Amino acid sequence: MRITCPICGERDRREFHYQGAAVALDRPAPDAGAESWDDYLHNRENPAGPTRELWHHEAGCGAWLVVTRDTVTHEMQGSELASALQEADS
Amino acid sequence: MIELTARSPFNGTLPLSVGALNLSQVDAGQMTALSPRKGQGKALASAFKQAHGIAWPGPGRISGREGCRALWFGHSHVLLMGPVPDATLCQHAAMVDQSDAWGVVRIEGAGVRDALARLTPLDLRETQFKRGHTARSEIADMPASVTRIGAQSYQVMVFRAMAGTLVEEIEVAMRGVAARAGGCDHAIGNHD
Ligand SMILES: [Zn+2]
Repeated sequence: MRITCPICGERDRREFHYQGAAVALDRPAPDAGAESWDDYLHNRENPAGPTRELWHHEAGCGAWLVVTRDTVTHEMQGSELASALQEADS
Repeated sequence: MIELTARSPFNGTLPLSVGALNLSQVDAGQMTALSPRKGQGKALASAFKQAHGIAWPGPGRISGREGCRALWFGHSHVLLMGPVPDATLCQHAAMVDQSDAWGVVRIEGAGVRDALARLTPLDLRETQFKRGHTARSEIADMPASVTRIGAQSYQVMVFRAMAGTLVEEIEVAMRGVAARAGGCDHAIGNHD
């Protein structure tokens, strides 16, 4: 499996660490209520198809990436810097 | 005051040669990691160039020359090798002295790419990893910085604590390449 880092280009999967679904970027407000926090911390979709995930380019440039991967075919459909997405949001 | 003597991370194991390949220690002098403060990337790049006379390297590139060199060293991260960094740069950058943190070697000679290809997942093909290119990746499962210094010459850096393992792993790879070439007395597997 190869993953394209927006900074480093296409690299071997062994350089990356998998964190999980990209929901971690959508942290609820402190007073959002128990249900929102329960969803954020514990409840995950298990889609068959395109999925947004957080990967860390741990043994490469050190950047956090949002990678879109098809869980059925393992096709890598794109990747973006998590920091760029956060800055675009704020 | 106690007089302390600086010791090499390689503790007398280098240089070593196997077949056509040579592995030697690089005394890089002062090494400083620079990271731009938030929103200061452009200001830092121009102040850096003004202060040290070499470009702030973009991703995967190096600038300068031996003795005053800047390596792209990761996301928002450049390593200055050689000079003491200009103190005024701290307006724009976080600066961390890493002089004692790394073991730095040079591996060179005909077939050097074959030796490195045994150790790293990087695409080292001529068209992909040219002179002046640098990458953060792995060497024998250790986090590393790999830089192409010349046509048949690469610089490899690992954390100082892994310097001994680096020498062992590169030596085994060099012996493997020499054995393939068929010309080395002490190559692995050549005991008969
Ligand atoms: Zn990267």
